[in-house]
Parts: sequence; C-alpha cells; structure tokens
Amino acid sequence: MARYESLLDACGGTPLVGLPRLSPAVPEGAPPVRLWAKLEDRNPTGSIKDRAALFMVREAEESGHLRPGDTILEPTSGNTGIALAMVAKLRGYRVVCVMPENVSAERTQLLRMYGAEIIFSPAAGGSNQAVATAKQIAAEHPDWKMLFQYGNPANARAHYETTGPELLHDLPTITHFVAGLGTTGTLMGTGRFLREKVDGIQIIAAEPRYGELVYGLRNIDEGYVPELYDASVLTRRFSVGTRDAVLRTRQLIEVEGIFAGFSTGAVLHAALAVAHEAVKAGNRADVAFVVPDAGWKYLSTGAYGGTLNEAEEALEGQLWA
Amino acid sequence: MAIEVRIPTILRNYTGGAKIVEGSGDTLAALIDDLDSRHSGLKGRLITPEGGLHRFVNIYVNDEDVRFLGALEAKVKDGDSLTILPAVAGGALGFAAAAALVGGR
Repeated sequence: MARYESLLDACGGTPLVGLPRLSPAVPEGAPPVRLWAKLEDRNPTGSIKDRAALFMVREAEESGHLRPGDTILEPTSGNTGIALAMVAKLRGYRVVCVMPENVSAERTQLLRMYGAEIIFSPAAGGSNQAVATAKQIAAEHPDWKMLFQYGNPANARAHYETTGPELLHDLPTITHFVAGLGTTGTLMGTGRFLREKVDGIQIIAAEPRYGELVYGLRNIDEGYVPELYDASVLTRRFSVGTRDAVLRTRQLIEVEGIFAGFSTGAVLHAALAVAHEAVKAGNRADVAFVVPDAGWKYLSTGAYGGTLNEAEEALEGQLWA
Repeated sequence: MAIEVRIPTILRNYTGGAKIVEGSGDTLAALIDDLDSRHSGLKGRLITPEGGLHRFVNIYVNDEDVRFLGALEAKVKDGDSLTILPAVAGGALGFAAAAALVGGR
C-alpha cells in the first residue's frame, strides 16, 4: 500500500532488503546464508522509534493517562524525543525534552522544528546532573506526563504487533533476528512474536559499548536494567565497541549503498558474526537485522570520514547509538 | 599466554588503577577467584553474597555476554578477552533521568 490517510498511518511497513554483496560466500553445494536489512529509517521521522512513540501515546490516550492539551516530559537526547514530538504535534500535545547540552546540533534543531521544547542539563555533571535536573523539573511540574519508554509495555507491544509480523510475512524462512539493545523494546516485542511463530529462531542482541567516559560517570550500584528487559527472550547478547560499529557502518554504505547510523554498525557486526558461524557449521541461515536510523543526524560527528582511529576518537564519550 | 581482563573505571581502585589485568582459570568463577587473589575485593563487587553475578554487572567473553554462555560456569581459556562493564543500556543519560523521574513520582 502506498497511500495513507495521515503521516501516523504511514508508520511501519518498512522494506526488508537483501544484502547479496555483504552476505558471506558459502562453499559450492552448501546451504545459503543470507543477510537482510529492515530499513527503519523509512518511518515518518526517520527512525524505528516512531513505532514505539505512536503505540505509547495511543495507549496513554486509551487508558486516560494522556488528555488533550497535556504536556509530555521525555528525558532523551535521541530518536524517541523526535518521534514523540511528531506524534504529539499531530495528536495535540506539548513535548518537553530534557537533554544534556553536549548533544549534536542536528538533534536540537530537529526537535525544535517538530515543536518540542528543550531544557538542557549541564553536560559537566554527567548523568548525576541529568537526574538532578529531571527531578527538579518533575517536582516543579507535577502535571506533566512521562511515557517512560524503558518500562512501558506499549513500547515492546509496538514491535510484537508490527515489526515481528512484518518480518515473518516478508521472510518466512527467517532463522536469526538481530537488533540493538537500548530500551530493549525492539528485541522483547519482536523476539517474543518470532519465538511463538518460528521454531528454533535465534534472537540476538547487539549492545553498543561506549567510550569509557560514558561508563566512568556511574558506579555499579547505580546501574540500570530497563524494566522491559527479559533475558529469556534472547538467545545471545553481544557487546560491540565503537571501532567495530564504525567499521561496519562504513562497510554497509561502501558495499551495499545503505547510509545508516552507527547503532546499525553495531547490529551488523553481530549479524555478520552469526552469519559466519552458520557458514562454518554448514547451516542454512536467513539473518534479519534492524537498521534503526540513517546517518544524517551523525554527520557532524565527523566519524564517517578519516581513519578508524580518528572516528573512534570523535565518538569517544558520545552516546552514538 | 593468559586471559586479558578489561576493568571499568569504577573498579580500578581494586587494580591499582590498571585498565587491563591478566588472570587464568577454566571457568569464569575460577578466573574471578584468581583475579581476587591479586586484586582483593574485586570478587565482592562482581558476585553477590548469594553467589550469582551482580545484577548491574555485565561480563563479556570475546564480546559475548556470559549470562548466555553459562554465567559463572562459562568456559574460558588462554587467549580469551574478558570485558567487565557496569549495566547501562543505550541512552545512559536519558534513562538515568527517566528512572529517577519515575521513582520520584
């Protein structure tokens, strides 16, 4: 279908494209091992977060948590804020994003264009400062509503009801599903759906491993595991460093012409690992992985050009996924 | 050859500031015991009194999460690379603030 009543109706239904050049070669007579990319940048605001934002807002409307004219408060520097701002604009809500002041200019400009208001928390104080700022804002505005994507079942449900069925429809022979682990919504929702429908399917998480500055800010007792996370949905979980993520992101555009963000590189790195294992074992594999967004918002990092060392340096201390 | 272990910033007070240390053992549990014999106190930050991996600690053998490889019984061998990280999922700043907000509601 190519005609929709509104932009919100155009959410999801993204293309699944084969990667014939990047898929590993198999010995003659061996079963095929194929990689497939689900292009989530083809959503209304250019990321997979449109699915979650739409489902979370709808659910909040149906349950009465959100009423016309309400203000939604979202502490995010990324795609969720942009997706929420678009959905909120079309459904009649106001969005306030709390974000660290050191995020990229593209994100700030996009959020403002979609109509979100931004409250900056000082970058110098790191996560402790972001927490303090957010708490202060919540205390001053008790009527503002949080959708809390890390613990909101509607986030995972968006993928159980849309991403999962789309994948199964487009690739009934799927053997592996690989996606990034952030809120865990994509993996939990899609993973649960595919496990119910496909015998023996492997659900694989690729977790971005940031530069030390990001982890150095916290101590272990302040760690956080999203409420949505259920380890039993996953088969395996990989940690992918900045260098590998950049390398794969570049490889994807060089070899297959797909311009993606760096989180895609992390996902592709894990997808290639399982694809090569399948070749070694002589197994047939149809490995589908998620491209959460395109690269536009990350151009100003400079990490698409120069050497890998330079790119790694450019992304040090940044939340690149 | 030994097993290379990457220590996160917040645990380097147990390793005299060292970012990378070496250890040996056939399983993750044995490796952690070996590390603790030279870096006293490290084990207590990785393993709970009940004997499981601390909820907010992630350990990876060759970039793969040990919880899916048998946890403390995961096999390790010389030449492997082990990475210890605090559990912080994507968008660390965002979720720290979000969690605090929900907790404070």
